[in-house]
Amino acid sequence: MFTREFCIILSAALVAGHSSAQQSDTEEVPRTSAEVPERLPETGERAPESPPQSSAQTIENIDADAFVFGVGQPATPEEIAAIDIDVMPDGTGLPEGSGTFAEGEQLYQEYCAACHAEDLGGISDLGAARLIGGRGTLDSDSPVKTVESYWPYASTLFDYVHRAMPMDAPGSLDADEIYAINAYILGRAGILDEDTELNAETYSEIVMPNVDGFVPDPRPDTQ
Amino acid sequence: MAKNERFSDPRYGPAERQMAESLVEIERQMLEEEAGEECDCKDGMFPGLTRRNLLAGGAALGGSLLTAGQGRADAPPGAVEYRVQPEPTKEQGRTILDDGGYGSRSQFESEVRWRYPTASLDSSWSMTPLASGHGIITPSGLHFERHHAGIPAIDPRTHSLTLHGMVDQPMRFTMDDLQRLPAVSRMHFIECSGNTLTEWTEPTLKTVQGTHGLTSTSEWTGVPLSTVLRMAGLQDGAAWILAEGADAAVMTRSVPIDKAMDDAILAYAQNGEALRPEQGYPLRLLLPGFEGNTHIKWLRRLEVSDKPFMTREETSKYTDLMPDGTARQFTMEMDAKSVITFPSGAMRLPRPGYYEITGIAWSGRGKVETVEVSTDGGETWEQAALEEPVLSKCHTRFRLPWVWDGEEAVLQSRVTDETGYVQPTLEELVNVRGTNSVYHLNAIQNWHIAPNGEVTNVHA
Ligand code: HEC
Repeated sequence: MFTREFCIILSAALVAGHSSAQQSDTEEVPRTSAEVPERLPETGERAPESPPQSSAQTIENIDADAFVFGVGQPATPEEIAAIDIDVMPDGTGLPEGSGTFAEGEQLYQEYCAACHAEDLGGISDLGAARLIGGRGTLDSDSPVKTVESYWPYASTLFDYVHRAMPMDAPGSLDADEIYAINAYILGRAGILDEDTELNAETYSEIVMPNVDGFVPDPRPDTQ
Repeated sequence: MAKNERFSDPRYGPAERQMAESLVEIERQMLEEEAGEECDCKDGMFPGLTRRNLLAGGAALGGSLLTAGQGRADAPPGAVEYRVQPEPTKEQGRTILDDGGYGSRSQFESEVRWRYPTASLDSSWSMTPLASGHGIITPSGLHFERHHAGIPAIDPRTHSLTLHGMVDQPMRFTMDDLQRLPAVSRMHFIECSGNTLTEWTEPTLKTVQGTHGLTSTSEWTGVPLSTVLRMAGLQDGAAWILAEGADAAVMTRSVPIDKAMDDAILAYAQNGEALRPEQGYPLRLLLPGFEGNTHIKWLRRLEVSDKPFMTREETSKYTDLMPDGTARQFTMEMDAKSVITFPSGAMRLPRPGYYEITGIAWSGRGKVETVEVSTDGGETWEQAALEEPVLSKCHTRFRLPWVWDGEEAVLQSRVTDETGYVQPTLEELVNVRGTNSVYHLNAIQNWHIAPNGEVTNVHA
């Protein structure tokens, strides 16, 4: 039986062996780990780490009591935009783009069905959740928690699929694809009409069935 | 062929040789296994999972990376197998630094984290072997793990933390920057709110590692989060902060601003050295006393807002479903909890006699005030001694001498924290929350001692 780790190690070893054999006479393979500290002359002691250097451009008016340390740098709008991927319940963060149920059906089969099943019922052997169904079960002895029955906000579905799915290629889908896949999932969940086109505007209007299902933490609750 | 003769061709660098060695070793162990022994995955509880192979693979790899020529590959993970001297007083011991300058544990110590057999290997967790723990510190290599998308390897020279949103000046900090700021070191537990989740309806896992091993304590060092927030300047109305990791889950949680300004730490060190990769190297958020999932690892971004972000991990997961169908959200502080680690499940007391009962207690709301221990299933209680130091939001070690007379007994521990909160029984918890809430089970644990000395997990 070949485990995931084993296969990864195997392929890493093969790749490493291959590329180093090829590269050895042309260029150095960049090092991806630290060197043991150098020895100092005369005594042979190990050199201490060099003091970390602040990335600040200016180090004027330092006043530690006022939290001015001359450390760090302003984050530029471009730097922020490159990683600011979250989407909030009011629609903040939803990108431009659009997608439909029909497009989503195809994309779902291509990118999601292998793990979450063609019928969106999930595959428990893979740890991949069931995505739809379960409405009306939350107060029963065997509640079924899904996007349809449990998730309070559609924004979470956009945010999560964008950042973490598909599990084997996270972050690989563009905005149009996510709008389409979500139109399909929410359509199959009976939350959207199959002819709704999702975009930033229509998406932020979606009301999930369990939107009022969450309460703040009331603990301590046992005495 | 001897180990150091294999792969001696000059086209193999040291790294490739090590990998090749590991592969040979893994294959050897796998073949051995296929040929022989019963597989312990056949106990029917988690069919289809072959944990053994994984452990064998991991052990072989760890072993051969460490041994570098001297020891043998079957030493326990983190150890090197040296020749045991028949008379250590009659010959010189091994020479200093032949371990390369970073020590290893004794070859006679073998406790390891245990991976809970989740279906997904990428989203899984491993548990601390509490039964063999001493004192209150968890060795870094035994700290429990919970990952939703594996463990990334991140170069600290290119990693940075971006702070933006409702601040006057959005900022970006390199790891070097963070290490230039005033630091704090604090001892705190982290407990996953899924700790003990198998035990709601019936005793399920057998050992204290399985039932309680998702809690660990370390000394954490880093910059108070309040410092960088003050540097950037919080705007009026700032109420929540999104913390985001740089793993493949791009893990996110919303943190209340009061917590951020109180005792939250941007931690880069654990137990005196840099964080372990599994613990978020090079940077993790530490929210003392809060459920483990909020302590975002591989931290790359903080966004200040006036509202919570409603991420998947605070809606779909880590919310507690109540019998009426509503779910509690932002259940952050871990309620006080304690467990006896010795004697504990799947042990067998060799015979009647003197034993020291010991365990750990902790509270996400402050210090442990008292721990009581019962040996008769909660009929009578005796106060245990608390080992100093007793620290806020930190494991506290308790001890109680006990003479076992060979009769049936049920051991329990019950903690009271400095807020006056008393650890509930499972019945009390279930009365309020039902059995479908999954997370935050902090009930009193029972260990049954049979006349033959066998210790088992039972419900009272
Ligand atoms: C390789 C397998 C795999 C593929 C492909 C995959 N997923 Fe997943 N998905 C998972 C696993 C495993 C989890 C659970 C992750 C965890 O435990 O954090 C998950 C979780 C989810 C969840 C959260 C479920 C919940 O109730 O919290 C959603 C939503 C989801 N996936 C949607 C998708 C969509 C949409 C696609 C296609 C674009 C997709 N997934 C592709 C494996 C997969």
